[in-house]
Amino acid sequence: MRFLPHTKEDIASMLDVAGAKNLETLFSKIPKNCRMTKKPRLPDPLTEWEIYDYIVNLSKELPAAHEYKMFIGAGSYHHNIPSTIPFLLSRSEFYTAYTPYQPEISQGALQAVYEYQTLTAKLLGMDIANASLYDGASALAEALLMAIRIKKKTTVAVSAAIHPNYRRVIQTYFQPSGYTIIELPYLKNGCTDISAIDKIDDLAAIAIQSPNFFGCIEDLSYIKKQSQKIESLLIASFAEPISFGLYKNPGIQGADIVCGEGQSLGIPQSFGGPGLGMFATKMDYVRRMPGRLVGKTVDMDGREGFVLTLATREQHIRREKATSNICTNSSLNALAAAMYMASLGSTGMRELSRLNYDKTEYLKQSLVNVGFKLPFDSPTFNEFVVKPPKGFHKTYNRLLKKKFIAGLPLKRFYPELAGHYMMCATETVSRDDIDALVQEVRS
Amino acid sequence: MKEIDQLILPDDVRFSKDHEWAKNEGNNVKVGISDYAQDQLGDIVFVEMPQIGDTFKKDEEFGSIESVKAVSEIYMPVSGEIVSINTELEDHPEQVNQSPYDKGWIIEIKPDDLSEIDTLMTNKDYIAMLKG
Amino acid sequence: MTVLPNSSGLVMDEPLLWEKGKKGRNGFSLPRRDVDKFPVDKKLISKGPDFPDLSEVDVIRHYTRLSQWNFGIDTGMYPLGSCTMKYNPKLNHILSGFSGFTHAHPLLPDHLSQGALKIMALLETFLSEITGMDAVTLQPAAGAQGELAGMLLIDAFHKSKGSHRSKIIVPDTAHGTNPASAALCGFQAVPVASNENGILSSKAVADIMDEDTAGIMVTNPNTLGFFEDNILEIADIVHTKGGQVYCDGANMNAIMGIVDMKKCGIDVLHLNLHKTFSTPHGGGGPGAGPVCVKKHLEPFLPIPRIIEKKGTLMLSDNFPKTIGKLHGFYGNFNVMVKAFSYILTMGAKDLKKASQLAVLNANYIKEKLKEIFYLPYDRPCMHECVFSDKHQKEYNVNTLDIVKRLIDYGFHPPTIYFPLVVEGAIMIEPTETESKEDIDRLVDAFKAVVEEAKIDPDLLRNAPHNCKVKRLDEVTAARHPCLSG
Repeated sequence: MRFLPHTKEDIASMLDVAGAKNLETLFSKIPKNCRMTKKPRLPDPLTEWEIYDYIVNLSKELPAAHEYKMFIGAGSYHHNIPSTIPFLLSRSEFYTAYTPYQPEISQGALQAVYEYQTLTAKLLGMDIANASLYDGASALAEALLMAIRIKKKTTVAVSAAIHPNYRRVIQTYFQPSGYTIIELPYLKNGCTDISAIDKIDDLAAIAIQSPNFFGCIEDLSYIKKQSQKIESLLIASFAEPISFGLYKNPGIQGADIVCGEGQSLGIPQSFGGPGLGMFATKMDYVRRMPGRLVGKTVDMDGREGFVLTLATREQHIRREKATSNICTNSSLNALAAAMYMASLGSTGMRELSRLNYDKTEYLKQSLVNVGFKLPFDSPTFNEFVVKPPKGFHKTYNRLLKKKFIAGLPLKRFYPELAGHYMMCATETVSRDDIDALVQEVRS
Repeated sequence: MKEIDQLILPDDVRFSKDHEWAKNEGNNVKVGISDYAQDQLGDIVFVEMPQIGDTFKKDEEFGSIESVKAVSEIYMPVSGEIVSINTELEDHPEQVNQSPYDKGWIIEIKPDDLSEIDTLMTNKDYIAMLKG
Repeated sequence: MTVLPNSSGLVMDEPLLWEKGKKGRNGFSLPRRDVDKFPVDKKLISKGPDFPDLSEVDVIRHYTRLSQWNFGIDTGMYPLGSCTMKYNPKLNHILSGFSGFTHAHPLLPDHLSQGALKIMALLETFLSEITGMDAVTLQPAAGAQGELAGMLLIDAFHKSKGSHRSKIIVPDTAHGTNPASAALCGFQAVPVASNENGILSSKAVADIMDEDTAGIMVTNPNTLGFFEDNILEIADIVHTKGGQVYCDGANMNAIMGIVDMKKCGIDVLHLNLHKTFSTPHGGGGPGAGPVCVKKHLEPFLPIPRIIEKKGTLMLSDNFPKTIGKLHGFYGNFNVMVKAFSYILTMGAKDLKKASQLAVLNANYIKEKLKEIFYLPYDRPCMHECVFSDKHQKEYNVNTLDIVKRLIDYGFHPPTIYFPLVVEGAIMIEPTETESKEDIDRLVDAFKAVVEEAKIDPDLLRNAPHNCKVKRLDEVTAARHPCLSG
C-alpha cells in the first residue's frame, strides 16, 4: 500500500520495542464485545487508475457548466475562476497544513488570512472580519446568536426574503434555545416589510439579506434607522458578494454585523459545499464575535508577524462559555476569496460587478419582450423573479433537454409563488446564450 | 512565577478565597485581584468590567480577566452596587500586573453592608490559605 | 546519530498585498462585454471596494512566497495529537477538481445530480460499514458541527419521548468543542474526571448520571490516547437512566476495522473526514463532520436525506421528525469526494492496517521517548501518547520551549498543553503514514533538544531560530488587536 511505509522488518522491530507480539496484540485490551467481528463490506482496494476512471465517469453524469447553459443561482453562482487560484491553493504548504497554532512556521497562512480579513472588511464596509465560518447559512445563525448576546434580548426578526435554506438552518440552531424567530413578510416589490418591528418586544436584531433571495436590493439604510429606534441591531446577510462591486455595501448603510456566503469569490460551486462563511462586524463587538481571528504583531527582534489572537473567545479556551463551538472553519476557501479579490482589484471588481448587472438586465429585458412578467419592481442584481407565460414548464423541460437550465421553479420554496421562476445571469453567460434561450422560449 | 514569600500582600486590604482583594475606602469598597492572582494569570490582556449601577451579591461573578490563553472569572467579595469602574484598564490592562493594589483596581462598590468586608481574610489568613 | 533535517532556507520577504501593485493593473481576464450598459439607480451604487490592483504575476509571486513560510504535511512530519495529520493523497485532490463536480449546482433536478448523489449515498454506506453504525448524515461541515448535530439528535430523541433533559456529562479530557457544542444546544455540561489510568470509571459516571441527564459525550479513544475500556458498562449505566451515548470520533483513526461502535453502546458518533479519511486540513478547513447513528435516531437526521426511487437517487425533505438543516445545501461535497476516493484506495484491509500501524507508531514513540520525558500514564496506548515537561523543569524550560526548538530540527510541534488533565502536556500522534526512519529522526531530535536544555536552556527559550520570524508578541496582539490593514 503506497501510503503505508512500513516494511515487514520495520513492523517486527517496532513491535519488539512496543512489547507486543503482533499487530493484533496492540488492541488486546479492548473488550471483546466491542470488537468488530465482521469485515466491513467495502469494495476491494482499487488502483489509482481504476479509481480515476470510475470517478471521472461519475463526474460526467453531472452537467458541467461549459456544456450546459446555467441560468440558475439561488445561493450558488457560476462565476469564472482564474487558473491562478486552484493552482496556488494546491500548494502543499497551504493545502496540507493544520490550523496555524504555531505562528513561526505558519506565517504564510497567517498573513494570507490577515489579508483576507482586511479585504473582506473593505468589501463589506466593516471594521473587522473573522478568519471564516462554514457557510452563509451557519454564519447567519451565528450572527443572530451574537446579537442576542450583545443585546441581552431573546427575539430576532428574520426577513422572509432571506434564502429559505438559511432560514431553515437558523431554525435548527435556535430550536433548543427557546429564542424566538419572527418572520418578516416581503412586500409587493420583493423587499422586506419591516412595518411590524415596532410591535415586537425584546428584539435583539433584524436580519435582512441584500441582494435578497429574489435578487432585490433592500434599503438597508432605512431599515437601520428603524432598527435603531427600537435598539435592535441590523444584521445584513448576503449570498452574492459580487454585488458589492456595484451596489453600496452593508457597512456604509449602517449594518452592525454582516455575514454571508463567499462562494462567488473564486470558490467552485461543488454541489453546494464547501463554501465560505464570511463574517464582519464593528470593532466594539470584537469580543462577542465567533470564529478565529488573525492579528498583526512583532517578534522578539521587532519584525512584523502574525498570530491567532483574542482566542479567549473560542472553545479551546472558554469551553462551554465560548462565543461559538466552531473549530475547523473554511480557511482554504478564505484564501481562495482573498486571491480572487486581489486578482480583480478595485477596477476589476467594479467592472465585473457591472457586467453581471448588465447581463442580467439584458436577460430581464429579453424575457419581458417575449411575454414574461416581472412581479417585483425593485432593482436587482444577478437574478430576478419572473412569471412566465402559461405552459412554461413544458418549455423548461424542453430547454433542459437542450442543455439549458432555465432558472429555478420557486414553488418548492414559496408555495404562493407557484408558476414563478428565478432567473440568473452572471458574467459566464454570453449574449448569444441569452438570445438562444429567448429564441427557444419564443418557438 | 513568584514564591509565596515574594508576594506583595498589603495589611490594609482583605482577601477572598477567589483571590480578589477588597479595601475599605470610607463608605465604599475598592476591589481588585491579588498579587498572587495576577502572577498566576501572567500578562493580562483584557478586563471585562460590569456597568455602573449593576448590583451583585457576594460571590457572584461580576466580570472576567483574560490573559492570552486563559480566562478567569472575578467574583464580588461583598454584596453591593457598582459605583465606579477603572476605565484606565480598557487601554492599559497591564496595570493589573504592574500595580495590582493601586492603579490596577477594577471596581468600586457601594456595599449593602460594610461590615461584610470583615468576613474576608486578612493577609495572614490568605498566606495560610495559599500555603494550603 | 541520525542526520537531522535542519531547516534552512530560501525565505524571501513579501509585503502585504496592498503594499504591492499599482492602480491600473489587473490579474483577471474580464469576460468580453457583449451587452450594452443598462441604467442603474444612482442612489444605490457606490465606487466599489478599495482593493489593491495587481497583475497575475504579482498574485502568483505573493502567494508562492507566503506558502514558503508555511509548514505542511508534505514538508515534514506533523505529529499533532488528536489531529491525525496523515498524508493527503494527491489523487483525491485531482478527482475533486473534475469540472462535473466543481460546476455542480446544488438545486438542479435530481436526474441531473446522479453522479454526486451516488458518491454521497455510497460514502454513507461505507462510513456505516466502517463504524458499525446504522445510518449516516454527511451534512455537518466540520467536527464541531457534527457534535452540534449529535446534541440536537439526542435532544430531539428525548423530546420525542415527551421529556426534556438539561444536562450532559463531558469528561475532563474532552476537546473544548464538546462542552461548547453541548452549551449551544442548551445543555449544561457536567464534568467527570478520568481515573488514575486516564480513562473513565463506570462508578464516576454512575455517580452523576440521573434522569435529568440527556447522556454522555465520550471521546473514544480519548485524548490521552486510551481506549475507554469501560465503555460497555458506561453505556449501560447511561442507557438504564434513559440517556444516550455520544461518541466524538476524532480519534477513529486508531480503530478502523477493529472496533464496532454500535457494539460499544454508542448511539451517535461523529467522524472527521479531514482527519481519519485523509482529506486535507487546508490550514484550518474546510473539513467535514459526518454523523453516524443507531436505527432509533435515524428519523431525526438532518434533511434532505438521499433516498432511492426506481433506481434513481433523490433528495428528500420528507422526514417529519428531522432536526432540520445545518448547512446551506448538503454539506461539504467536495471534501466527500476526497474521502470517497481514499476509502476506495484503501479497502477494508488497508484501513485496518492503517489503524494498526498508527497504533504501532504511537506505542513505539511512547517507548522511545519515555526515557527522556515524564509519561503520566505508562500503559499501552492507541494512536497517540501524552508526555509532560516535568523532567525538564529543573532546567527551567517548559513544553513550549521544547517544541519550539523541535521546529529548528525540521518537525512540526506536537499538540501542547492539551489535554488539560496533564500539566505541560506534549501530545504526540504520528499517524500511520510516517515511516520508522522518520519517527527515529523525531525521537533523536527530541533527545537532542532535551540535552540542549541541560547545557544551554536559552537555546530553547529563544527558539525557533531558523524561521521567517522568531517568537511573536502575543500579549500585545491581544491587548491592542490589529485585525485588518
